[in-house]
Amino acid sequence: MVAAALERTFDRLLPQWRAAARRDGPGPTREAPPRPAVGGARLGVRAVSHAFDIRGTPLPVLDRVDLDVEPGGFVALLGPSGCGKSTLLRLLAGLEPPDSGRITLDGQPVEGPDPSRLLVFQDPTLYPWRTVRGNVTLGLEARGVAGDRRERAGAALRLVGLEGFEDAYPHQLSGGMAQRAALARALVNEPRLLLLDEPLGKLDALTRLAMQAELLRLWREKRFTAVLVTHDVEEALVLAERVIVLPDRPASVRADIAVGRPYPRHRDDPELVRLRREILAILGQPT
Amino acid sequence: MASLSEGAGLAPREGRAAGRLPLAALGAGAAWIALAAATQLLPEAGDFPYTGAFATTSLAAGLALLALAPLAHRLGHAGAWLRHRTPWLAVLALAFLAWELVTAKLEWLPMPFFPPPQAILEVFAEDWRKLGGSTLNSLKLLAGGYLIGAAAGVALGVAIGWSRTVGYWAHPVLRFVGPLPATAWLPLAFFVFPSSWSASTFLVALATGFPVTVLTWSGVAGVNKAYFDVARTLGASQRFLVLRVAVPAALPHVFVGLFMGLGGSFAVLVVAEMLGVKSGLGWYLQWAQGWAAYANLYAALIVMALMCSGLITLLFRLRDRLLSWQKGLVQW
Repeated sequence: MVAAALERTFDRLLPQWRAAARRDGPGPTREAPPRPAVGGARLGVRAVSHAFDIRGTPLPVLDRVDLDVEPGGFVALLGPSGCGKSTLLRLLAGLEPPDSGRITLDGQPVEGPDPSRLLVFQDPTLYPWRTVRGNVTLGLEARGVAGDRRERAGAALRLVGLEGFEDAYPHQLSGGMAQRAALARALVNEPRLLLLDEPLGKLDALTRLAMQAELLRLWREKRFTAVLVTHDVEEALVLAERVIVLPDRPASVRADIAVGRPYPRHRDDPELVRLRREILAILGQPT
Repeated sequence: MASLSEGAGLAPREGRAAGRLPLAALGAGAAWIALAAATQLLPEAGDFPYTGAFATTSLAAGLALLALAPLAHRLGHAGAWLRHRTPWLAVLALAFLAWELVTAKLEWLPMPFFPPPQAILEVFAEDWRKLGGSTLNSLKLLAGGYLIGAAAGVALGVAIGWSRTVGYWAHPVLRFVGPLPATAWLPLAFFVFPSSWSASTFLVALATGFPVTVLTWSGVAGVNKAYFDVARTLGASQRFLVLRVAVPAALPHVFVGLFMGLGGSFAVLVVAEMLGVKSGLGWYLQWAQGWAAYANLYAALIVMALMCSGLITLLFRLRDRLLSWQKGLVQW
């Protein structure tokens, strides 16, 4: 009797505690002032299936995918090229509706694109006719956000280490710098869910390592919820809290692996090496 | 960019400049003075009142070149241009000299059809009012028709590229009517429209509109689809997608259309002025031919060439300004 009452009280209080923790930001740093409505969103994917129409014949790409990401979490979707990972991201961004299933953000169904859920592509897709600053202010202009756009763009560019390049045109940037500008273009809108579609896939090996560290720093600073699509097992293990393995087409969740190692992680961490072997085995690769 | 590469090209020559370049300028100056002497001193086959004026002008050009030759390196931009163009100035003098000899002096070319340079100078000096007025009328007619055609072409091209419905209805019409040369509408236009002016404006607009429409359409249709995805996730409205994404992305294509349209509009303008409008350079050409005033014909051709070239330069300047973000633009 007493136990049941305690349990009820606990059930009532738990969501409030969680909400408070979310505002303060999880993790060891709690100095950040509470910022309502900003911060990571809870993502829910329920039995999502999707097919492409190839000349009249449906080609299934997603098969009853289930996924939950807690607010501020970092999840990697890992699988071979062409397994439907990118399609899943497009559905999460609301660029296309799923054939069946439900996608929710903080319990609200996703019914179209929204600046709270932003996508960063493999190609930076900066507008070549706009300067770097003009690209970063795009979202603010599109939504008619008042206030000092210039200043906010400047802050976002400082955040990604591109100060001094405000007036450059995209063709003057290197691949890594262009991808930083694309990140700034997303981050200036304070997204609650950042969808990363192999954003480092086309960078050279060294730039890639630097950008992984950068991505991690941005995520820990801004506490958005992050979903990273990649086919690089190491990248997934170094960055993500959880690695979701989608080895087949149509894609379905085969394994959901928690990477319980503190950041920053090292590639030769024995635990990561063990997980890498485990994941490669799931993907059917010799180790 | 042009000045930069030009400067780079001139840099190695700078060292030898003292020896070589004044020599070239001296040669050019001498050529102009020779032209002046030949014009003034050799006996003429006909009566040309402006022979003296032409000789004086040539002499002045030659003396100016001689005077500027040692100063060119101190004249900055103008000096650099002068040094760059010196060979052209020399060849120009020789060409004038050859022209002068085979017409006025030796009469190798049949006279009324091939006037000497001083006859054309005479037209510019005596008939500049009528020639200037005709140019102005041509420009007015062209500007009205071109601007209407360009605006309509861009609007229609964007609409076809953007909306499936507009594309469905407009595409067959465009395919059927568009390739028809605008001049083919001329007889119809002159009795359908209340005035020859409005008829010509319509024809110029038509000639401009077709290429602008097709190229704007293909530009909009070819915009990277990811640009729209980016804008949509960032919260862009349809209006924003059209005006801030599709149109700027298609602008390089639009300018190709505007360039082609301008060329087409020149052709239609001249034909319309020759056949219906009672003013303009086309009409002036017709009038000069009617009176066998061949010098006026050449003078009008020269003015027309200057006008068309100037307008295309203007268009390219505008493009360079608006598309400065593009790499590797063609320099006009």
